[in-house]
Amino acid sequence: MELFTNQVLAGIATGAIYACMALAVVMIYQAIDHLNFAQGEMAMFSTFISWQLMQWGVPYWGAFLITLIFSFFAGIAIERILFKPLAKAPVLTNVAGFIALFAIINSSAGLIWDFTIKQYPTPFGSAPFLGSQLISTHQAGMIGVTVLLLLALYFFFQYTRIGLAMRAAASVPESARLVGINTSWMIALGWGMATAIGAIAGMLIAPVVFLEPNMMGGVLIYGFAAAVLGGLTSPFGAVVGGFLVGIFENLAGTYIPGVGNELKLPIALALIISVLVVKPAGLFGRHIVKRV
Amino acid sequence: MTVLLNVKDLRAYYGQVQALHGLSFSLNEGSLTTLLGANGAGKTTTLRAICNMVRSTGGIEFDGKPLNNRSTESIVRFGIAHVPQGRGTFTTMTVEENLQLGAITRKDNAGIVSDIERMYAHFPVLKQRHTQQAGTLSGGEQQMLAVARALMLRPRLMLLDEPSFGLAPLVVRDLFGILGKINREDKVSILVVEQNAQLALELADQAYVIETGRIVMSGNAKDIANNEEIRKSYLGY
Repeated sequence: MELFTNQVLAGIATGAIYACMALAVVMIYQAIDHLNFAQGEMAMFSTFISWQLMQWGVPYWGAFLITLIFSFFAGIAIERILFKPLAKAPVLTNVAGFIALFAIINSSAGLIWDFTIKQYPTPFGSAPFLGSQLISTHQAGMIGVTVLLLLALYFFFQYTRIGLAMRAAASVPESARLVGINTSWMIALGWGMATAIGAIAGMLIAPVVFLEPNMMGGVLIYGFAAAVLGGLTSPFGAVVGGFLVGIFENLAGTYIPGVGNELKLPIALALIISVLVVKPAGLFGRHIVKRV
Repeated sequence: MTVLLNVKDLRAYYGQVQALHGLSFSLNEGSLTTLLGANGAGKTTTLRAICNMVRSTGGIEFDGKPLNNRSTESIVRFGIAHVPQGRGTFTTMTVEENLQLGAITRKDNAGIVSDIERMYAHFPVLKQRHTQQAGTLSGGEQQMLAVARALMLRPRLMLLDEPSFGLAPLVVRDLFGILGKINREDKVSILVVEQNAQLALELADQAYVIETGRIVMSGNAKDIANNEEIRKSYLGY
């Protein structure tokens, strides 16, 4: 029983990270109808920025904050420079754009910081949490930060005018323009926020997976699995999906013989395929009907 | 009578296809003007061209200021509220959020709150349903919501695209009654596009008839309604 509880809690902790990545993916998907394959690399680059700042002597939370601000503006810049001109381009052009972005960020990170694995600090420590062997303080910290982030986002989108405008722009762009919302800037703002959310995910997971240019590859696939499971049209679903995938991944690795750590990733891919076959709209998504 | 909206030699295009062929008309401050015409005559395109939602050339002046080459969202800030065909409801949001979105360009919070109450007084059914998802409203209720959302801008000019579409005759009567009241009491100028010519002519003071992208008839709404020849050849009743 203790093993089970332990695995579930650890699953919730990594699930929190998948939830963040899934949320970032869904936010951009809602805004521009494309999956951002480079979301993980953007998060990785942000994490390197925070690491570099700490190397220069900036304390952890200072680096954390500066990285968030940097990521927010970097996200806006990427949208303005690369994806705004592609707004009316065919799907494949956009896919090519994302792959280019992936490659550029990945190799620039390798060029600047090389591909060796680096230690990344945790501000929470790694002692047992509250004297319990079930979960470490860092895992508890991952859950805590994510929950705070989700609450903040919920209040932002529910109770602020700009949050309302962003939701309107994502749901019915034409009507949004007709009430005077600059939908183009709302998309840019969505990119900024998604990039900052990804940065949080990267900085929280880095002490676990260690810092290197390919650190987010697996995490992003879990994030995609979470987004697909929850429904690509539902931010709430993405978050629930993130936690579910985290728990599922850990339990499968522990209890299904032969899966272990090595086969965890194919499980995420199997999950994506199963959801797409059985319930393409995901748990909380709505069916998208397109007129042709 | 000052001219509020002046459209001169308007030509609009969907890709290579030209939909308006040099259309000119004007709308006086405080008037309720209707654009009539058959399906495909260019009524909707005219409204869309005013809000720069379709490629067009020609002169569009609002209160003496040119609107050409401005983005749709900045044209709203002149005080032009456009209720598009199909009502443009934010279906996944609540009724109250829809109203707040109508006022999203305004900064006076107290005024917005009191205007929402005013809309609930105009349309009591919206108050009953204010926390409900707008997509769950009936067609008539959604049209009321669309008009209320447009009024939340405190517009000087309201553009309405086929407000009667898909509604039961009694609901249409109701709605047109409210539009008349808004025009008289709130001094909002209205440009309404309609296929239901009979009803629109009863309501409007000024009317234009469009055929294949050109104005073919204009004048006082009463005169047009009383002219049997025009009615038979263009309005079909």
